[in-house]
Amino acid sequence: MKIVLASLVFLFLMYSAFIYQQPVKEETMPEVVRGKMIWQEKNCTACHQLYGLGGFLGPDLTNVYSQEGKGAPYIKAFVQGGTATMPAFNLSEDELNCLVAFLKHTDESGSADPRKFKIRHDGTIAGN
Amino acid sequence: MEQLPETNLPATKKIILTALALLLLGMFFGILGSLQYVVPGILKTQLSFEKIRPLHVSSVVFWIMLAASGGVLTYAGERSGKLFSRLLAKIQWLLFLFSVVAILTSYMLGIFGGREYWEFPPLLAIPVWLGWLLFTINLVGTIRTFKQQPVYVWMWLTGAFGFLFIFSESYLWMLPFFQKSIVRDMTVQWKSYGSMVGCWNMLVYGSGIYLMEKISKDPTPARSRMAFALYFLSLTNLMFNWSHHIYTLPILPAIKHIGYLISMSELYILGRIIYKWKSSVKEARKFEYQLPYRFLIAADVWVFLNLILAILMSIPAVNLYTHGTHITVAHVMGTTIGINSMLLMAVVTDVLDNTCRSLYIYQKKITQGLVTANLSLFVFLGALLMAGIKRSQWQMSDHRVPFGEMMHNLIPYFILFSMAGIVLFGAFCVMVYPLVKNVWACYTVRQPQSTVTPSFN
Ligand code: HEC
Ligand code: HEM
Repeated sequence: MKIVLASLVFLFLMYSAFIYQQPVKEETMPEVVRGKMIWQEKNCTACHQLYGLGGFLGPDLTNVYSQEGKGAPYIKAFVQGGTATMPAFNLSEDELNCLVAFLKHTDESGSADPRKFKIRHDGTIAGN
Repeated sequence: MEQLPETNLPATKKIILTALALLLLGMFFGILGSLQYVVPGILKTQLSFEKIRPLHVSSVVFWIMLAASGGVLTYAGERSGKLFSRLLAKIQWLLFLFSVVAILTSYMLGIFGGREYWEFPPLLAIPVWLGWLLFTINLVGTIRTFKQQPVYVWMWLTGAFGFLFIFSESYLWMLPFFQKSIVRDMTVQWKSYGSMVGCWNMLVYGSGIYLMEKISKDPTPARSRMAFALYFLSLTNLMFNWSHHIYTLPILPAIKHIGYLISMSELYILGRIIYKWKSSVKEARKFEYQLPYRFLIAADVWVFLNLILAILMSIPAVNLYTHGTHITVAHVMGTTIGINSMLLMAVVTDVLDNTCRSLYIYQKKITQGLVTANLSLFVFLGALLMAGIKRSQWQMSDHRVPFGEMMHNLIPYFILFSMAGIVLFGAFCVMVYPLVKNVWACYTVRQPQSTVTPSFN
């Protein structure tokens, strides 16, 4: 009993360390980190998702940066103007640029569009 | 340590009463949130969705944390005859009370800075963590020995210690190493969230098992080999199955496969539930007359239904369709309301019974509330599932209509969701009212003899 428990805890700690150390492909600029903090401080997550995670009142924004007809000016327009549901956010030009840099970063990290994945016979999926 | 005067309500019961207040408050915020789905733009200037969602989610999360810790402390004390420290419990209560008030106020004022589920400024995580530390110390002190303990004691300890570690882990994002990469950050975030829910489940299920033992007066099941085998299976899932939250994230495929494989072990639990169905029904007839037992039965049904959904959602191919839709919301609220809240209501009703007087006179009312709650929960989750399926079809379609148009088409489901939510709230009010009234009676009802002081047990 104690041995099983100790082994599980040990495995868990090893696995945690392994997860923390996972290499990542993106290089990050300071404005991206700043943009991420603005994303958190304004709680955009309450209505939007990144990689499908977040609140569901608004759309997923992981790849909004590269979607056809969207991009930086489009994002800024939404944040400044708001919509029927989304409040307008009073941000400086500098803050807006950081927010856009963050959404560019999420876009470059991978795709959250479920249509881009391939389903394999064993139930796993391929993509990203 | 100084003994508190008799007339003082024990801190564990104060923790539980605070939890009940948060439950009702949280549900009320949930209703306000659902209205924003029905009437886009409503309350936009006063309590826009970025405020309402955390108000709702944090309130109900604290309902679970407080009720679970209050219940566990009460039960641990009941077993060993005495709580290790009433003072620690009181400080825990005050720390939680302070945290909750500060957190909800910061949301109302639009002050955020954290991440999903813990949107408050990170500084406020400190009193929460400290409160939990006191709970853990108090629990260990009350249990005293680790030898020959039944499975629920191990579950309580796992939940208490696990949360301390995992809650800290969920704040790793504050270190630049994690903050720099959205992929690493989200991986660790959902690793911790997945396990955190597992920790609460350990506390809640553990209390459910203890309560079952108390009702049936049969100590063998919680000491059997099978009970421990299932405990280890759940612990393995708690530690390693979390990657089903992030199947679409660009991480090493092996991490996803581990989550997928481990999640499938839950099929065994599902099989066991089906296999034991008949004997459970027989058992149910025996104890039906007891109020807490009725909540346990309700939770059992939801365990079964939610487990099927959870297992399906853990298959990456299915998850691709359900992820990012209201099917996830249905899964989350299905488990937190159907299982956690029902089990906690069982615990809370048991703990608060005989505070001043027996709940016996309210039995019929509470049962009516329970039946209404379960029926409305069924509709509530059904409406969310339907909305989720429609959104999934939209996500997968090659010719997506604009997002706003899709959401507009879902309004009928959201109306049903909202209405069912209102009935659910009403039903919970009906169940909670007698509990609170009973405690209140300690202060107000005149005893036949003026010398008798109210007794709290
Ligand atoms: C109260 C909820 C809410 C909050 C908070 C919110 N949004 Fe939105 N947002 C929406 C909704 C709803 C839409 C979709 C509008 C529509 O299609 O009618 C939207 C649309 C957008 C779009 C356009 C998406 C597209 O694909 O066309 C962007 C960009 C955006 N929001 C960025 C943000 C950012 C950045 C923040 C945080 C500073 C934020 N939003 C906060 C609700 C919200
Ligand atoms: C005990 C009762 C309840 C509990 C424990 C609970 C729990 C939760 C949780 C944990 C979430 C987050 C879901 C996610 O991240 O996917 C959530 C979201 C939500 N809940 Fe509840 N809930 C309860 C009752 C209600 C009620 C009565 C309503 C009212 C209709 C409601 C409306 C909502 C809404 C609108 C959301 C946000 C959905 C979104 O992400 O956009 N909840 N709830």
